[in-house]
Amino acid sequence: MAGRVWEIIQSDAFSRALGEHLRLSAWALLVAILIALPLAALVSQSPLASFLAINISNVGRAVPSLAILALALPFLGLGFRPSLLALTVLAIPPILINAAIGLREVPASVVESARGMGLSTGQILTRIRFPIAAPVIFAGLRTSAVQVVASATLATFIGGGGLGGLIVRGLQRNSPEYQLAGAIPVALLAISTELGFAALQRLATPKGLRISSRTRPA
Amino acid sequence: MGDELIRWRWVRNNLGDQILPALWQHVVLCAVSVLIALVIAIPIGIYVTRHRSLYTPVTFITGVLYTIPSLSFFAMLISIGIPIGRTPAIIALVAYSLLVLIRNVVVGIDSVPRETLEAARGMGLTSRQILRQVELPLALPIIVAGIRIATVTTIGVATIAAYIAAGGLGDLIFRGIDRDFSTQIIVGAVLATLLSIIADFGLLAVERQLRPWSRRRAARAA
Repeated sequence: MAGRVWEIIQSDAFSRALGEHLRLSAWALLVAILIALPLAALVSQSPLASFLAINISNVGRAVPSLAILALALPFLGLGFRPSLLALTVLAIPPILINAAIGLREVPASVVESARGMGLSTGQILTRIRFPIAAPVIFAGLRTSAVQVVASATLATFIGGGGLGGLIVRGLQRNSPEYQLAGAIPVALLAISTELGFAALQRLATPKGLRISSRTRPA
Repeated sequence: MGDELIRWRWVRNNLGDQILPALWQHVVLCAVSVLIALVIAIPIGIYVTRHRSLYTPVTFITGVLYTIPSLSFFAMLISIGIPIGRTPAIIALVAYSLLVLIRNVVVGIDSVPRETLEAARGMGLTSRQILRQVELPLALPIIVAGIRIATVTTIGVATIAAYIAAGGLGDLIFRGIDRDFSTQIIVGAVLATLLSIIADFGLLAVERQLRPWSRRRAARAA
């Protein structure tokens, strides 16, 4: 059986599915970052906006991923783009929550001293607040990335391709080989995403903060 | 099948024999899974607080289980010969809950102040009595916070379990996708979302009820 699984993994169909899976995940994460980070910077200007963004995103996190993908179907139809949009929607809340919390918890005294040193609001954001919030922001990216890679498996149900297609084929044909040829790479992909982003998170922590870098809001 | 997004007549006609049974199946599947996970997680969590060196390996293993995407997890279980249906679904759902439940049992017991334990010991309570009468009751709010996260995750993942014939709200979603019938998809997806949000808020209320004395900080940290 291992031989047959390996054969499937070496096939063109597998490479295509893997390519789709990676493209879907990477684009969804990228677009979500481009939306969530500026939004977090924006809402961090006001405690009320920040509170609303965090709470709405928390409710958003409770929405099942299959529900988000399935709801894309009646409105947007089948294919890669609807899947990408659904995965992006799914990817935003964890990033937004962590970035908003991270930026909010930068001590006011630090921001004050930066202002006293003559830094502009923009400089304070990019040189002080984002670096200090970086570990928390990267924790959010990690949660989001793992969730996107996992949920991209479901894109196959709305015609978005990806490695889920192999698993579905395996389940429909009752073929353990196809099931495993999809399932094992998907699991490895999710685990390496988790480990990769954990490493990024450590690297993103400014040197001066490394000792106290154990804060990681969920 | 039909152009409108939602056909209310279909909803009315299928409420009793399709929609409510699917909702009920979903609730039962999730409740059973979270309960089994609790029965496993509580003793492991207690054991880990007494044998610290196990904390890292236990969270590592349950962390790996938690990271495996659900469709992949189901497929692996089925490929090793477990027949499709509720069994593989419950195994995977239980596995997903273990990380957060064990971690919160440990964090909860750890949160009990040392003075409280010393007072209990000074009053002559045995370790077993301290566990049951002091540590677990004081750890309860944090354990409930874990149950809340586990339940919300389980409700979401359980929708996918319908694909391997475990029933529940996912059935409506998958059947709707197959027939290209948006009403069925929307009913399934919206009910799963509502169930998840209701469970989230409901358990949050329970958690707050249990900790009138403390600020909500520990809840967020957990």
